[in-house]
Amino acid sequence: MGGFESFLFSFFNPKVMATYLPMIAQGFGLTIVLALLIVVSGLISGLALAVLRSFGLRVLNWGIIFVVDLFRALPPLVIIVLLFFGLPAAGISISGFAATWLSLSLVLMAFAEEIFWAGITAVPKGQWEAARSTGLTFLQTLRMVVLPQALRITIPPLTNRTIAITKGTALGSVVGVAEILGAAQSGMAFSGNPSPLTLGAIAYLILFIPVVAFGRWVETRFAWKR
Amino acid sequence: MTNAAPSSPRPIIDAHGLWKRFGNLAVLKGVDLRVAERELVFIIGPSGSGKSTLLRCLNRLEEPDDGSIHVDGIELLSPKTDINAARRRIGMVFQSFNLYPHMTARQNVMLALRKVLGKDKAEAGEIAARALTRVGLAERMEHYPAQLSGGQQQRVAIARAIALEPRVMLFDEPTSALDPELVGGVLNVMRELRQDGMTMVVVSHEMAFARAAADRVVFMADGEKLEEGPPAQIFGAPQHERTRAFIRQIDRH
Repeated sequence: MGGFESFLFSFFNPKVMATYLPMIAQGFGLTIVLALLIVVSGLISGLALAVLRSFGLRVLNWGIIFVVDLFRALPPLVIIVLLFFGLPAAGISISGFAATWLSLSLVLMAFAEEIFWAGITAVPKGQWEAARSTGLTFLQTLRMVVLPQALRITIPPLTNRTIAITKGTALGSVVGVAEILGAAQSGMAFSGNPSPLTLGAIAYLILFIPVVAFGRWVETRFAWKR
Repeated sequence: MTNAAPSSPRPIIDAHGLWKRFGNLAVLKGVDLRVAERELVFIIGPSGSGKSTLLRCLNRLEEPDDGSIHVDGIELLSPKTDINAARRRIGMVFQSFNLYPHMTARQNVMLALRKVLGKDKAEAGEIAARALTRVGLAERMEHYPAQLSGGQQQRVAIARAIALEPRVMLFDEPTSALDPELVGGVLNVMRELRQDGMTMVVVSHEMAFARAAADRVVFMADGEKLEEGPPAQIFGAPQHERTRAFIRQIDRH
């Protein structure tokens, strides 16, 4: 067997691929569910923290900054392992799926808060003053004048960060989540052939290329007329 | 109006003993300002004299450290006052226009009509159309701010304020950010407002406009009101040395 044939046999073995395709497909579904949950909870809680921070309550803001810096500094895998192996010692057992979801949500929350906050502070003070001078309340101004402008500025960095963090779902394989990478590793272990990993890589491309394209579409869709 | 401090009827703006400090710097040092209904008062003075701060106190965008302000009978600085309710009677126009960039001209005007006055969409749209027509922008209603010239943007900002039918209008250097050829359109709108009887307080360097349209000119320097009177007196025969120096400086331009 020549080098190239050996390469094909290892990475593009049709028999192995056919056998483990259903398993990878299941992992694909699980990754989508996990990623969607992370995106929803991470972005909503990040936005909520940024809004809370805009009230300018000093002690509350110290707390927010502490939490945000903590989860931006810790590697996501450390948080996952800490939750999965640490919490049972405290009498709380948590599934690998839940540990991965919670960890990555917290990380996305932290980064999203910083991005949303940067967007809110980038809106000129005059926008607040104009809106408040017409009798709009603080919250009305935030919701109808400031946030729409802030969100538009934040879409590119937010899309990048969201993609980067949802790709972290692969870390779930460490704590036994059968998402794409987990399923591919199992397939490789059972078959003694790395072809399931190739399937896994293809699955990630199928999943994330549309997400990247969607991010680009959102950017143009939300740009206001100039 | 013949002289300062109009005696009757009761002033619609009555600010008394206003103090404002930023850190150690006192920007307002016990300033009084009374404005009668339908009066146009011009506030002039060198930069840093506190004139913009005074204006911004009149709708509490700036919180004075001391003093009292009554606008249309409302005690503005009282903690019991609903400042948002008070502000709908006080229109404000800014140097930098501050239009909402994500909304069309019409939506800019409609926002407070809907959310503050509670008008429905159709009625707010109609009022906005009327206000924009009044400032000469009937053709530009569906344009976004970035598609409008500076002068047009400022007129939208004026429409946004007058659509709420305020009792007084505050202008904070409304033409300072405009190219010279665009100033006229904004001043025309202000002139028409004045003819319709709007009470106006204007901080501006448009001395020709002040001479022609103001009832009274207030000269401020170093956080104090040094002198006030009809334009003919302030520009023709200023009493105070600082006023004379300032007028000379302005006239040289």
